[in-house]
Amino acid sequence: MGALFSFVVVILLILLAYVGVAAVGMQSFFGIVIPYVAVLVFLVGVVYRVIKWGKSPVPFAITTTGGQQKSLEWIKQAKLDNPSSSTGVVGRMALEILLFRSLFRNTKSELRDGRLAYGSGKWLWLAAMAFHWSFLIVLLRHVRLFETPVPSFVNLLESLDGFLQIGAPRLFLTGVILLLAVTYLLLRRFYVRQVRYISLAADYFPLFLIIAVASTGILMRYFFKVDIVSVKELTMGLVSFNPTVPAGVGAIFYVHVFLVSTLFAYFPFSKLMHAGGIYLSPTRNLANDSRAVRHVNPWDYPVKVHTYDEYEDEFREKMIKAGIPVEHYPAPSPEELEKEFGDKDAGVPAGKEE
Amino acid sequence: MAKKTPKPEELSKVDYRRPRKGWMDIPVEFKEGMFCNGTRPGYLETVGMPNPRKWAPKDEDWKLPENWKEIVLNGMQERLEKYRSFRLFMDICVRCGACADKCQFYLGTGDPKNMPVLRAELMRSVYRRYFTTSGKIMGKYAGGRELTLDVLKEWWYYFYQCSECRRCSVFCPYGIDQAEITMIGREILNLLGLNTDWIAGPVANCYMNGNHLGLEPHTVKSNIEFMVDDIEEITGIKVEPTFNREGAEILFVAPSGDLFGDPGTFTAMGYMMLFHEIGLDYTWSTYASEGGNFGSFTSMEMGKRLNYKLYAEAKRLGVKWILGGECGHMWRVVNQYMDTWNGPADFLKVPVSPITGTRFENAASTKMVHIAEFTADLIKNGKLKLDPSRNDHLRVTFHDSCNPARGMGILDEPRYILKNVLNHFYEMPEETIREKTFCCGSGAGLNASENMELRMRGGFPRANAVKYVHQHHGVNMLANICAIDRAALPPLMNYWVPGVDVAGVHELVANAMVMKGEKERTQDLRLEDLPEKEGAENV
Ligand code: SF4
Ligand code: SF4
Repeated sequence: MGALFSFVVVILLILLAYVGVAAVGMQSFFGIVIPYVAVLVFLVGVVYRVIKWGKSPVPFAITTTGGQQKSLEWIKQAKLDNPSSSTGVVGRMALEILLFRSLFRNTKSELRDGRLAYGSGKWLWLAAMAFHWSFLIVLLRHVRLFETPVPSFVNLLESLDGFLQIGAPRLFLTGVILLLAVTYLLLRRFYVRQVRYISLAADYFPLFLIIAVASTGILMRYFFKVDIVSVKELTMGLVSFNPTVPAGVGAIFYVHVFLVSTLFAYFPFSKLMHAGGIYLSPTRNLANDSRAVRHVNPWDYPVKVHTYDEYEDEFREKMIKAGIPVEHYPAPSPEELEKEFGDKDAGVPAGKEE
Repeated sequence: MAKKTPKPEELSKVDYRRPRKGWMDIPVEFKEGMFCNGTRPGYLETVGMPNPRKWAPKDEDWKLPENWKEIVLNGMQERLEKYRSFRLFMDICVRCGACADKCQFYLGTGDPKNMPVLRAELMRSVYRRYFTTSGKIMGKYAGGRELTLDVLKEWWYYFYQCSECRRCSVFCPYGIDQAEITMIGREILNLLGLNTDWIAGPVANCYMNGNHLGLEPHTVKSNIEFMVDDIEEITGIKVEPTFNREGAEILFVAPSGDLFGDPGTFTAMGYMMLFHEIGLDYTWSTYASEGGNFGSFTSMEMGKRLNYKLYAEAKRLGVKWILGGECGHMWRVVNQYMDTWNGPADFLKVPVSPITGTRFENAASTKMVHIAEFTADLIKNGKLKLDPSRNDHLRVTFHDSCNPARGMGILDEPRYILKNVLNHFYEMPEETIREKTFCCGSGAGLNASENMELRMRGGFPRANAVKYVHQHHGVNMLANICAIDRAALPPLMNYWVPGVDVAGVHELVANAMVMKGEKERTQDLRLEDLPEKEGAENV
């Protein structure tokens, strides 16, 4: 249900933009207003979300330790999986963010004749890496549209990305990888039974949306061959806050822009915020040093406790009888004192240990 | 009486097929043997927790306050503001499923709601419905779900089928820790008096008497004196533990499980033999007679209330630092909570081993050292005379307990010790040890008896790995550094891998340790005959 719903929504979005531009002629709405609004929503939304997370404190040092702790000098610490210093934490976070360290651990369990076996489960890691990295490169390639002259790193990226030198315009590998990876991620939602069971509309929607974004981009570049000069005129207009709508840009371009805008606007309110959240994740971004350095809880408050005195009051007699030292020995009665010392003014009873 | 746990052959046929209905449409079903009893009112009254009354999980009516829904939602709100972890973990899960088959309770039951991600979704769906804009507007389409009594019951059932082991968190690309969500979930359930009897009882006991078992001071002492007698019988040496002694250098705190029932008592004997041999100036305390903390399975506040005794007692007795015994969740608490809760312990000194002079910089602030760290340092410095052949009748593997593994990282210290005190050590398969270790199935207060089927199922992956080394290497002893393990693993082994016994690391240390002036040993700490020496000279 979630999948179908999301699919239909994405189709509707495509139609909306297409009809809006091709039939109604709302080029400036889809080419100017929508992108501006989307970027604004994105920025405000992300800042809002991050501030909201930041406002909740981290009362306890709850690092998930993924290796040997730092203890005795001669025991080798897993400095990245169980960091005890900020350098270690930076390393751990870098591994997580750039290389998806934890996902790399993934295994696949199987039950055969009452035995559990754990196989390698690296496909998810591979697809996730392929997806995120190619997405990033594709995004960076787009900088070409927003800066004149085109920055040299973009040219470099493009020459690497197009090193196969096939087709005209040259085929960019990342676009293809992106589409393949995201398709894999979608298919596993259908075919891996556990993943299928947990998937919500909110999981299918971004996948369909990104597939649509990538497809329209590819269509535009290789098949419809939109006029890149006019496109750049529009995009430059946007970044220089002097927007124009040049003639002769095909509807497919507006569809692409509309889908990208939707993605941007949707981002802060969805699970896509994992991209920002990972930086703040307390099980990953804290050093496991809470025995060496005190971690302070900002909302700590005094609690009701059972003090030693209360404990001793309850068990004093039993403790004395068992020969366990106590703080306060009961005052002996005058008769007892007389019996023991023949003098009721005698001091400390026997048995009190210092 | 709980129903009989099915045979292993039956239990190991786990059905992982996807149910036809969506999980939100499958109401919770309380299956016999899979849940603990509800707490009796007395326990809650002792510690002043809300809504004490008689109730049972299977009852239709849980006798909740009229405004229970408000209490739950406010409880969530409050914790969203107090814990970044909670807010973040509610927000950023992408449902990639990497954690799905990492939970021993899922692997052992096949119940999709035991997948960590779905366990979280039980609460996340309510979060979406009441705390996000999209959920408030789009409800079900945004993955939202009304908070109903059935949903609450579902939380209860599944938050008490999670042992807060953090295995899922190791595999999650964002470190989402279902243990954290379970802890917060249980904390919220406790606002309505919905603890289990097996957790609330030890909490009340520990609060009043100083330990989970409720041992009164004289019983703590007499239990230990029993062990002293056994030690004398085995070694001819009379060790002389002291209690509540002011001016001792070190306060020693163990899980109370080690004072009651074997094989925990063998571990406690091991501690005392070690301390005697090195001449350690230490004292037990009958007041701080529990390192474990069932409060931490209840709420952060309860955890803090119980943990208070450790520092308070250290201060009263004027010791220099604290040494802690072999216990799992105790060490999660010591490593990650104690100093924050009840510190700073500025009245104590940075721990220094009086025998080797090693300064434990890693414990510079909490001033509490793990006995495995302490003993590893002794061995490294050659302070112990060891005869590993005394453990030759044992073929040993080591079970990393969840909390020390994933909430601390004490992995190589116990291994180093073991390899020095015995000759036959074998690791279980790589995916099942160290940070990837499986839970015994009974952690976080699940080690009751009425939920035995759950425990056997949850312990299935662990047992499976033990079975592997049992069959391949003839392993017959499962060593560990956790009191719950010592209580929970024996029945688990009996059920899945008969022929494998369970021991604390310090029992094996004491077996091998040649004490000054001891008589020739013919028995191990279990008073069982040592294997015949083969004429050859002993070290
Ligand atoms: S691994 Fe993490 S992100 Fe993936 S489903 Fe589990 S909790 Fe969610
Ligand atoms: S913390 Fe452990 S028991 Fe709980 S869901 Fe995660 S893996 Fe399962």
